[in-house]
Amino acid sequence: MPDGYLPIFLFLIVSILFPTVTLLAVRVIRPSQPGVVKQEAYECGIPAESTARGRYSVRFYIVAILFVIFDVETIFLYPWAVRYRQLGWFGVAEMGVFLAILVLGYVWAYRRGALKWV
Amino acid sequence: MNYFLLTLIKAGLIAFVLVTVLAYLVWVERKVLAHIQLRVGPNRVGPHGLLQPLSDLVKLLFKEGFIPSHVNLFFYLLAPFMAVALSLGSIAVIPLGPQIDVFGIKTNLGLADVNIGILFMLGLGSLGVYGVALAGWASNNKYALIGGLRSAAQMISYELPLALAIVAPLLMFNTLSFREVVDAQGGYLFGFIPQWAIFQLPVPQLISFIIFLIAAFAETNRIPFDLPEAENELVAGFHTEYSSMLFAAFFTAEYGHITTACMVASVLFLGGWQPLWPAAYGSDFFPVVAHWFFAAICFWHARQPARSYDRYTMPILGIILFGAGGLFLVPFLKPILVPLFWFLSKVAFLIFTFVWVRGTLPRFRYDQLMRFTWTFLFPVALVNLLITGLLVALTTK
Repeated sequence: MPDGYLPIFLFLIVSILFPTVTLLAVRVIRPSQPGVVKQEAYECGIPAESTARGRYSVRFYIVAILFVIFDVETIFLYPWAVRYRQLGWFGVAEMGVFLAILVLGYVWAYRRGALKWV
Repeated sequence: MNYFLLTLIKAGLIAFVLVTVLAYLVWVERKVLAHIQLRVGPNRVGPHGLLQPLSDLVKLLFKEGFIPSHVNLFFYLLAPFMAVALSLGSIAVIPLGPQIDVFGIKTNLGLADVNIGILFMLGLGSLGVYGVALAGWASNNKYALIGGLRSAAQMISYELPLALAIVAPLLMFNTLSFREVVDAQGGYLFGFIPQWAIFQLPVPQLISFIIFLIAAFAETNRIPFDLPEAENELVAGFHTEYSSMLFAAFFTAEYGHITTACMVASVLFLGGWQPLWPAAYGSDFFPVVAHWFFAAICFWHARQPARSYDRYTMPILGIILFGAGGLFLVPFLKPILVPLFWFLSKVAFLIFTFVWVRGTLPRFRYDQLMRFTWTFLFPVALVNLLITGLLVALTTK
């Protein structure tokens, strides 16, 4: 079975080699004149007040947590979908319970305002 | 060894064709957008601007690629490579056509044929967020950081409806292999309606298809969801600090993502290489007729040239199209080219839709974007999944 995955690795190697080779090859021909001003962070030409290593909105953190919860639950649906016709009504009932718990968590997150951005 | 060699040839060929096509997608996008906005678009480099991608490439190669002094060097350099490799890598599992027979060698059109292709594609697609998020963080620039964060939050949020939209057709096909999904969409209802997922009984997957397309727009950071690179607020978003070939790498990755999304959409929902109507009614000859029709248009334009050089360019284009149409009649090439034609024309139509939408819709505001997926798209995808599940269970003996 690893045979089936060989082409993927070959293709990944080809697609990594392609930018690497072009990057290394053009080093020879392209100009390089670094300067202090040129290498500053781009901020409309005004000297930067602070670096970008500051604080940012906690909203992004909540979205990431919600994503982890719901995405793992989504992945559980895939094996279920593949065996759906063999499982019959047992599969329907099982996944009904599973999705009910998922929806309950979703409603709770919605009521607590986790999905409101502003 | 023979298998290894064959795979190497196929990988090289697909990578070469893909990179060329991605370069020309930029031209197609600029040209279509221009015509939507009643402009002409690129027309200086070569006839109809056809050499524009080449000149862009040469320009990017010869530009100075300086590295800003304030970046985290390792991640700054890693990010574009990750973006390119992950966006091109998922194309490896998508089949392009049925099994073919070339000089006695039986091989599949397409690179790898793994039995969990759909999961593999989803996995690589989720990893794609790393390229963007790392680029934004490592650039150590406020615009880049905000762009990268927005992009990460948006891509993971839209991945939920995307994954749920894919599960619904899988309930009918009961497989995770792209090739088996396409095989399950063969045949015709009443002899003429194709059994594609969007038409197939018991549950036509039209809603899944639309959800998938909307989520794909967001996953690829395209208008109306291009908040990560909203020019008027964030300069260029996560790739503000990148120049020269590193910048080109992000562009390649973006167009690679679009191509992958369109290929997956046409395999899962539009029947892959299954033709629109049965071969009994002459669907095998449609490619020939289509090519010759456009060749005839070219010859007609050559007789009445709108521009002086049309007298020379149009006949050449016409002859090329005429010859390309004739290739579909060669018995040896027919089983390879006809499925490829149907598959690629579906992909091309979807890519055209991407550009069309870009020329039509304005950009969302960020809170609207997040509200749209979490409070509308996700519940709709869930309800759609439940309805599909119930109807499939009711019709299964």
